[in-house]
Amino acid sequence: MSDQIGEREYLSVQELKVHFGGKSLFGSGSIVHAVDGVSFDIAKGTTFGIVGESGSGKTTTALAIMRLTHITSGAVFLDGTNIGALQGEALRQARCAFQIVFQDPYSSLNPRQRAFDIIRDPLDLMDVGKPEERAEMVHALLEQVGLRPEQGALFPHQFSGGQRQRIGLARALATKPDLIVCDEPVSALDVAIQAQILNLMSRLQKELGLTYLFISHDLGVVQHICDEIAVMYLGQIVERADRMTLFSNPMHPYTKALLASVPSLHADRKNRATRQRLKGDPPSPINLPKGCRFASRCPLAQEQCHQMSPPLRELENGHFVSCHLADA
Amino acid sequence: MAVLRVQDLVVDFATRQGNARVLDHISLEIDEGEILGIVGESGCGKSMTALSIMGLVPSPPGNITAGSIKLDEREIAGASSEQMRTIRGNEIGMIFQEPMSSLNPVFTVGEQIAESVRLHEGADSRAAFARAVEMLQAVGIPEPEKRARAYPHELSGGMRQRVMIAIALACNPRVLIADEPTTALDTTVQAQIFDLLEELQKNRGTAIVLITHDMGAVAQLADKIAVMYAGRIVETGAVDDVLSNPRHPYTRGLIACVPHLQVKPTKQRHPLLEIPGVVPSLTELGEGCAFSPRCDRMHSKCLQHQPVLETVPDTGDNSHRVACWVTEARADDV
Repeated sequence: MSDQIGEREYLSVQELKVHFGGKSLFGSGSIVHAVDGVSFDIAKGTTFGIVGESGSGKTTTALAIMRLTHITSGAVFLDGTNIGALQGEALRQARCAFQIVFQDPYSSLNPRQRAFDIIRDPLDLMDVGKPEERAEMVHALLEQVGLRPEQGALFPHQFSGGQRQRIGLARALATKPDLIVCDEPVSALDVAIQAQILNLMSRLQKELGLTYLFISHDLGVVQHICDEIAVMYLGQIVERADRMTLFSNPMHPYTKALLASVPSLHADRKNRATRQRLKGDPPSPINLPKGCRFASRCPLAQEQCHQMSPPLRELENGHFVSCHLADA
Repeated sequence: MAVLRVQDLVVDFATRQGNARVLDHISLEIDEGEILGIVGESGCGKSMTALSIMGLVPSPPGNITAGSIKLDEREIAGASSEQMRTIRGNEIGMIFQEPMSSLNPVFTVGEQIAESVRLHEGADSRAAFARAVEMLQAVGIPEPEKRARAYPHELSGGMRQRVMIAIALACNPRVLIADEPTTALDTTVQAQIFDLLEELQKNRGTAIVLITHDMGAVAQLADKIAVMYAGRIVETGAVDDVLSNPRHPYTRGLIACVPHLQVKPTKQRHPLLEIPGVVPSLTELGEGCAFSPRCDRMHSKCLQHQPVLETVPDTGDNSHRVACWVTEARADDV
């Protein structure tokens, strides 16, 4: 890993913490540890995936990197600048370089704006190009995401879900960003449409050299599109590795359980009875257990797991695992 | 013997754009203890099939124009709403997609389960509540007595879906219709719910109709599969036959367009196969095959004549049937 440091650090997230609550109107409230010490780097032009169950903190991590929620502590370096510390106009200007695509293409587009205006807004707001050239730029963006320029005159409700997500992508691309945060970009789409959007995203990455932070709960999609993957559980990364390693040699019991829970097309129906299942739900992010956060659901948990929280250790080259029992 | 038999069911909706045939001669059959998976994109008629069986087609504008739905040889298509009320929940149960919006937020989950027991079996409230607790235990909810007194918002998504299943099963129905039961849930919870459905099917002999868009779920759970497109069944058969040898281009597309999780991923990644375009509007269907505008093997016959479901030659049994002119032509070539 050390030999790659230069190129690795396009986006570098260091000890990111996002806590909610605390002081309330009625005295001290409880604190929700939504993201609790997350660190990772993304190399330029690659796709980094974050997977986990709902409530694991993956979306909050994405929002904190986008500066759409507050950061309790930690730093987010984008191309050498700590965007986690920027404020006011400096932050607004920096936003050109990092954009987001949301999960729900139905609610993330203004129903009263035409597609053309939706895509033009960021150009006007960030003062990209000359005003007289902007109409041409919008048309180019529409074509880039596979829509026809004349479709810019339509309103969001006149598009299908897949087309709306294309508009969302065009809007994110308008300011020529390097990093695009994709928060479950295909989860709300029909199965047959998912492939169209995923292929479009891969093509755009190749053409424009984009870096993606890809949030998803769908392991099949993540395996298809990501180069490196972090598995989150209750606000922390429990395992992180490149795509080949994580899926062929998962080491954390939670990763194993997640992989085992995906229904396979070639299911061995005779082995149904021997399948291992995660029991119960994750503990509350308010009263965190003092030991390993996964211990209460872990089939292998031992005494030390309940006593001591395991650090994220590098067991193999670039393969990080946070488990007392994992061995290289 | 088939518990539920749907034959040539036709459902029409009157719309401003004209008549929309949402179900076009649908035939299904499900035996005791069998799981039938219905797959397709949204707008293909999966949920409408379920609603027709439940007698819940909104009328107007909907109307069952033709066909029959038989529960144990008893015709229930066109039954009066009183008759349907004794059948729904009692003989046919249904689980909906959104556990949060299908539960009543102002009643405890115990009361909601007990209600159907009181109404259908005339049990007194104490016995009904005891049954509710028993059902919660059966669907794997820890501390059932405590949970029975909880309101829906106090439970997690997985627990709410278990409560939905408990309600649907409280009166021990012969047929359970599960409409995308795990779409809103995490994969780990989905796996738990699938295990639960499987257990029900084994231990109680419940016939389950599983409506989903996830081929993986069908592969894992179902015995039979019906692939729907634009209100018609385009391919049907035993799950193993259809998935290992899909004949309809739409079925093939549905299987190939989803990136399936591989245990040993390959280094080289290829673009996913796309099904171009979107599901057509039901008021604008032409003479020919509804899938032809999106099909990569379309030829002239496809535009003129609607293909009918025919048995795929050279298969183990005669249950594998497909509605496609191209597969027929290809079989002739061989």
